Amino acid sequence: MGFLTYLINGLSLGSVYAIIALGYTMVYGIAKMLNFAHGDVIMIGAYVTFIGMSSSGIPAVPAIVISIIVCTALGMLIEKVAYSPLRKATNLAVLITAIGVSYFLQNIALLLFGSNPVSFTSVVKWQGLSLAGGQLKITGNAIVTIISCLIIMVCLMWFVKHTKPGQAMRAVSEDRDAATLMGINVNATISLTFAIGSGLAAVAGALLCSSYPSLTPYTGSMPGIKAFTAAVFGGIGSIPGALLGGLLLGIIEILAKAYISSQLADAIVFAVLIIVLLVKPTGILGKQIKEKV
Amino acid sequence: MKNMNKSTQKLLSTIGVIVVLYIVLSVMEGTGNLSSLLSGLLVPVCAYSLVAVGLNLCVGYLGELSLGHAGFMCVGAFASAFFSKVFMNTIPDVPRFILSLLIGTCFAALFGFLIAIPVLRLSGDYLAIVTLAFGEIIKNVINVIYIGMDSKGLHFSMKDMLSLGMEPGGTLVVNGAQGITGTPRQSTFTLAVILLILALVITHNFVNSRTGRAVKAIRDNQIAAETVGLPITKYKLIAFTISAAIAGVGGVLYAHNINSLIATTNNFGYNMSIMILVYVVLGGIGNFSGSVVAAVVLTLLPELLRGLSTYRMLIYSIVLIALMLFNWAPSILEYRNKHGLTAAAIAAKFKKKNTKEVS
Repeated sequence: MGFLTYLINGLSLGSVYAIIALGYTMVYGIAKMLNFAHGDVIMIGAYVTFIGMSSSGIPAVPAIVISIIVCTALGMLIEKVAYSPLRKATNLAVLITAIGVSYFLQNIALLLFGSNPVSFTSVVKWQGLSLAGGQLKITGNAIVTIISCLIIMVCLMWFVKHTKPGQAMRAVSEDRDAATLMGINVNATISLTFAIGSGLAAVAGALLCSSYPSLTPYTGSMPGIKAFTAAVFGGIGSIPGALLGGLLLGIIEILAKAYISSQLADAIVFAVLIIVLLVKPTGILGKQIKEKV
Repeated sequence: MKNMNKSTQKLLSTIGVIVVLYIVLSVMEGTGNLSSLLSGLLVPVCAYSLVAVGLNLCVGYLGELSLGHAGFMCVGAFASAFFSKVFMNTIPDVPRFILSLLIGTCFAALFGFLIAIPVLRLSGDYLAIVTLAFGEIIKNVINVIYIGMDSKGLHFSMKDMLSLGMEPGGTLVVNGAQGITGTPRQSTFTLAVILLILALVITHNFVNSRTGRAVKAIRDNQIAAETVGLPITKYKLIAFTISAAIAGVGGVLYAHNINSLIATTNNFGYNMSIMILVYVVLGGIGNFSGSVVAAVVLTLLPELLRGLSTYRMLIYSIVLIALMLFNWAPSILEYRNKHGLTAAAIAAKFKKKNTKEVS
């Protein structure tokens, strides 16, 4: 039963990674940039939810909705101020700017909320299921996390496939110049992508901190980097790939923690990233990209 | 030829400034005019400058962003501290330090080389994230290493202290997350300054050598460089390895300046990598002297203005974003061109010849 419990914990953590990875994968696919600050948007989202629930006493769902609104606005603001002026600049400049934004968010949070960890109250009140005569316990957090991840995934896939803005997104990710010629507003599309990704980050923040309740200004950076790993693992730019990569990575991390060494779990996750990038840089579900001269 | 002379002149003037600063600070320290806070910072400043020079070689001339240079610093620090600790009583002070300096540098170079082989197959964002991953792996692995020493030799374990199976009289050299304690404090300011000048001379000669020109050619256009027959991988490996080795020297200095060496996020992890990156960006990408100036100013300034220390990191991040926008955003560049705010125009205003710009 121990193994099953770990597996379910892994799936739950993996679902959070998958939701975060969606933000990375969509931004990477459409704006062709690695949004380093994504992990810190999660942290901000978690703080907003926390403040809403504990200080203002709002119930969980409205608190998360407020957090989604704040994060969406934050994501669009970051894109407008820091990234969009650099759209035609070199990759290195954009990457360093993204690192700067990530650092900025961490330190703003440090000034606003202090460095002491706050204890996040779970957004899920339900205790969960107890199966097989109490031997197998599935927490409410895990169930809610996995289900919300699946719902988000299905909605997003439908959105990208069947709506006008979704089609615009796919067009921009395919060929930005051609999309401009077809009358697609590229700037608005990229802005929308950041908005969706950041909104999802708020959900991920609330779910992550429900399972791992210690919230500090640095909470977001590690899951952020790991979720990027998940996005690369599944194939960057692909939405099902983010789900697959996230789940696999979550399971790997929890099993490594349980059976190998808790201190080395992070190292193992990063080793997975390195191996994937070296063996199959396009990831499991990624498309083959041809190098053009 | 003329161009080279100019950059050599610049190097010489930088070294001149460093030497003057060194003399002033040493005299102040000797006469007791330097606060203990400031004199405690002299060696770390040089160590950070060294790592920044190393990273600048990678970012400015190889054109790839490495977020793992704190990892190389960590390797250099731990390898040299380990050596110093083991041979504490068997080798006299001076040759031991020279050896440990060599060992720290070689280990950092070796790790740089080994990591570069797979990493340099990637580029851009992927390379940055993989170097970051490597840096984190190095830090995590060092935190679980236990090495003990007794009359039978060395004992190694990755579990805990007890599984080393040491004799009762044995000493623990590397104690997992507690790191290495009791490293001899041999990094002096003089030594640090000598190493820093040496690193500046080496990097200057490197980037102006045949190999260095090849590296720059690869940075500017890899496909064109490949077409004229440059072995890309070889030159990239050389540049990355030298860059890691210089970071390792910084690590050696750092390790021999403190009593207990532990690997945390702040000193050898992501945060340190970012801090070094800020030095490089602020000092000017591709400008080694600039990296040293930025490291010195950014380390000393917050310590001198104590009130700012809370906002230090915040200011760093804003500086990073603002500089990137100022230097790279097409619309801002256009504005600067129109209003005579380019680097060349500003330099001309100061009645100087146009400085060589590395873009």
